[in-house]
Amino acid sequence: MKNELSAAGVTAIAVTPARRVSSFFYKYPKNRLRALIALPALWLGLVYVAALLMLLVTAFWTVDEFTGNTRVALNFDNVISLFTDPLYTTVTLRTIGIALGVTIADITLALPIAFFMSKVAGPKLKTIIAISILLPLWASYLVKAYAWRSVLSDKGILQWLLAPLGLNTPGYSLWGAAITLGYIWLPYVILPIYGGLEKVPGNLLEASSDLGAKTFTTLRRVIFPMILPSIIAGSIFAFSLTLGDYITISIVGGPNQMLGNLIYSNVGTANNLPMAAALALVPIAIMFAYLASVKRTGALDNL
Amino acid sequence: MRISNSAKIFLGTATGGVLAIIYLPLFIVLINSFNKSMNMYWPPPGFTFDWWAKAFGSGGLLAALGTSVLIAICSSSIALVLGTLLALALSRYKFFGKQAVGLMVILPIALPGIVTGLALNNAFRTVLGLQLSMATAIIAHATFCVVTVYNNVLARLSRTNRNLEDASADLGAGLFTTFRLVTLPQIGSALIAGGLLAFALSFDEIIVTTFTAGSGVETLPIWILNNMFRPGKAPVVDVVAVTTVLISIVPLYFAQRLAKEDSK
Amino acid sequence: MNLKKSTGLLIAIAVSLTLTGCAAGTSNSAGTMLDKLGKSETSLTLLGWPGYAEDGSNDPKVDWVTPFEKDTGCQVTFKPYGTSDEALSLFKTGQYDAIAASGDATLRLVAGGYVQPLNTSLIPSYSKVYDFLKNRAWNTVDSKTYGVPHGYGANLLMYNTKVVKPAPTSWSVVFDGASAYKGKVTAYDSPIYIADAALYLMKHNPDLGITNPYALDATQLAAAVTLLKAQRANVGEYWSDYLKSIQSFETGNSVVGTTWQVIKNSMSTKATVDAVLPSEGATGWSDSWMISSTSKHVNCAYKWLDYIDSPKANAAATEYFGEAPVTSDACQYASDKNFCATYHAGDAAYAAKIWYWTTPISACLDGRKDVKCTDYSAWTKAWQEIKG
Repeated sequence: MKNELSAAGVTAIAVTPARRVSSFFYKYPKNRLRALIALPALWLGLVYVAALLMLLVTAFWTVDEFTGNTRVALNFDNVISLFTDPLYTTVTLRTIGIALGVTIADITLALPIAFFMSKVAGPKLKTIIAISILLPLWASYLVKAYAWRSVLSDKGILQWLLAPLGLNTPGYSLWGAAITLGYIWLPYVILPIYGGLEKVPGNLLEASSDLGAKTFTTLRRVIFPMILPSIIAGSIFAFSLTLGDYITISIVGGPNQMLGNLIYSNVGTANNLPMAAALALVPIAIMFAYLASVKRTGALDNL
Repeated sequence: MRISNSAKIFLGTATGGVLAIIYLPLFIVLINSFNKSMNMYWPPPGFTFDWWAKAFGSGGLLAALGTSVLIAICSSSIALVLGTLLALALSRYKFFGKQAVGLMVILPIALPGIVTGLALNNAFRTVLGLQLSMATAIIAHATFCVVTVYNNVLARLSRTNRNLEDASADLGAGLFTTFRLVTLPQIGSALIAGGLLAFALSFDEIIVTTFTAGSGVETLPIWILNNMFRPGKAPVVDVVAVTTVLISIVPLYFAQRLAKEDSK
Repeated sequence: MNLKKSTGLLIAIAVSLTLTGCAAGTSNSAGTMLDKLGKSETSLTLLGWPGYAEDGSNDPKVDWVTPFEKDTGCQVTFKPYGTSDEALSLFKTGQYDAIAASGDATLRLVAGGYVQPLNTSLIPSYSKVYDFLKNRAWNTVDSKTYGVPHGYGANLLMYNTKVVKPAPTSWSVVFDGASAYKGKVTAYDSPIYIADAALYLMKHNPDLGITNPYALDATQLAAAVTLLKAQRANVGEYWSDYLKSIQSFETGNSVVGTTWQVIKNSMSTKATVDAVLPSEGATGWSDSWMISSTSKHVNCAYKWLDYIDSPKANAAATEYFGEAPVTSDACQYASDKNFCATYHAGDAAYAAKIWYWTTPISACLDGRKDVKCTDYSAWTKAWQEIKG
């Protein structure tokens, strides 16, 4: 192309090293791709995927009782115990239950607010709400969890508000933990759903109603399919973050434990990295199954 | 679909309700930062400015704040580079393993922090024999921050007009010139949005940090956690939260304005 | 799966197996004792409970590290930890010169070869330390001293005087009688708490033959676990940090359970609580400073061990944390005149009622040879099961 240009009398461009690199990549677009992708792929592949594989492998080893060091010998006991030991099955089911509950609650809360922001609020109000939702992300996670500890306590504000109605605070319990987790992850669910709704053109909704569709039909048949990927994207955040939590449950969860506590105490307390790795396989397997099942919806592009 | 007034009222009330729930605990944090009692009685018994004075007199707190900002800046910078490169590659080319790469980007955020932390801790320490340090924490943070930049840039690239880049090339601009003068301005606000989210993600991260930061590295969340164990320090932590929230209004406001100008 | 893919995966697995294998195979060697002190190095990295080495950065008035730095030229970096178990995994990284460890960690440190035996003649302050803190199971192994004491205290029974009546004198209020306070009982969140149950069984169920709450065979452990599982039904929450415990008692979410003297002292005047040492005695801690077997700053570390047992520094450190100092000389330097009386410092009779945290190991600590005892990893698994 450059030759044609010079032939046509266009001033020749100085051949700098950068220019040479540039021309090279133009001639070989494959190499351009390679150059773009090499660094990030190496980073993610070497730093992350390799680390995950290593962890996976560790799950099949054991700990030498005597020295406390990891012994390299193939051993399926840890992984089998995930399915047979009632402690692990109970805690796994409890954790999945809480994660599902938190996810569903967050989506239910996020839908109306995202819809209001996107389709009802004027530009000014929209900015204010958007900032209001983003702001709490900057108050530390721990501070928020401790704030809920204060809210939920027997002499806290919730009890103070509920007592006249004859109700009681849920206190420090699985409910307390679920409420707190749902609270902390809510902005992460609202944002993608709002993003998804912003992509739904307003005139599409009008077209639907012009064609005689009722509001609910429009919601169900037009809007829902369009924002489903965004909903799923939001759900990945809420679900995954809850699945691995071990701090909130210890602050507001009363005497209960979740999968994260077991993993954490196997690394720290028990010095049993293989068991911790085996337990870590549970959230990995759950998330992989979830990701695989939602991949077709295109949700993964909306995180 | 025309949204009826009653629906608008319902949606408005729901929004107001959710915002009220979001701000109730933050309000408690604000009150507690002035609360005379360290404990959780409601209503509080009295007010004091002691905690604010103590917070700003605490060298440990300011040092932790510095560490957190440093880690967040470094890791979001790395994430900006990696995320942009990946987004360019995946939006412009079709190739074998494209889906696998896409999956690889979201994994660090889709898998729970404890898994990411444990995997990296194991890799750094037992496999590579590295001592944990600030660098290992930055590497870990950058890894899970890539996705926010990647998604923002990818979404923007899918809406930009590729013809502009071709035109630039036809007019004789090299790859780098085209990137600088054509692509970059188009994705600029996406970079800012992604970078800001990456910064926030890194700034508040605690689980992965616990597993990957070296002994001398005390980030703000870790400082907060340690202070929960230290005698008589709890409300100082509330001061920190109130301050970070207030400070964050500025970048958030500008990011929102940028986004709005973009959509015009 | 096609051939190319599976080969790649196999190679990846093989490489990771080899790499991790190499890393896991390396072991550490136990250090040898120091003969005499050399020239001080310039830096020192310490690991300890929060508040064990304050340098004024959290509160300018609380500072006993800076005078040490000025005297010795050793620049101190301090990392606080939250639980003994966290301490252990941090210390294993080899980044620390010395650690202040409780008895539930010390033996694990010694057994793992992570700490070196001490030449106490190089630590002049040590000679003044209360005798009942020296040569104990948690700081001495094979008559070699591995740690010098930092401070000690008992896990007391705290109760809300308005709710818990009559005033309890026995741990039975949190075990057999716990159902009277269902949902309001609290307990320390660590496997080592199993020893509290064992101590109770030792006094109330002599048939089990427990003579040391840290030396439990399988049957004895099972009995303690049963007791704790019954207690679990009445527990409102387990506490591990200080703040959690204070808050729960203040708000009435907890009304009875284990505590530390310092927590009792930190309660507001509005809180109606009291803390007692029950008739059975109690578990407790005596923390020791130990030096890493791989430390590159041994001279600074010895200087620190000497400094922290010196009266003024020891008084400052133990008073700030809320525990008894290790020498009677320290008492006069405390800001509170009643400090030593409050914490029963030097009271040998009081100290004798305390079963200090010791790591349970498979060789029974009570001297039994005919049976294997349960070790800490068994206690950890048991603790997870108790919490359920």
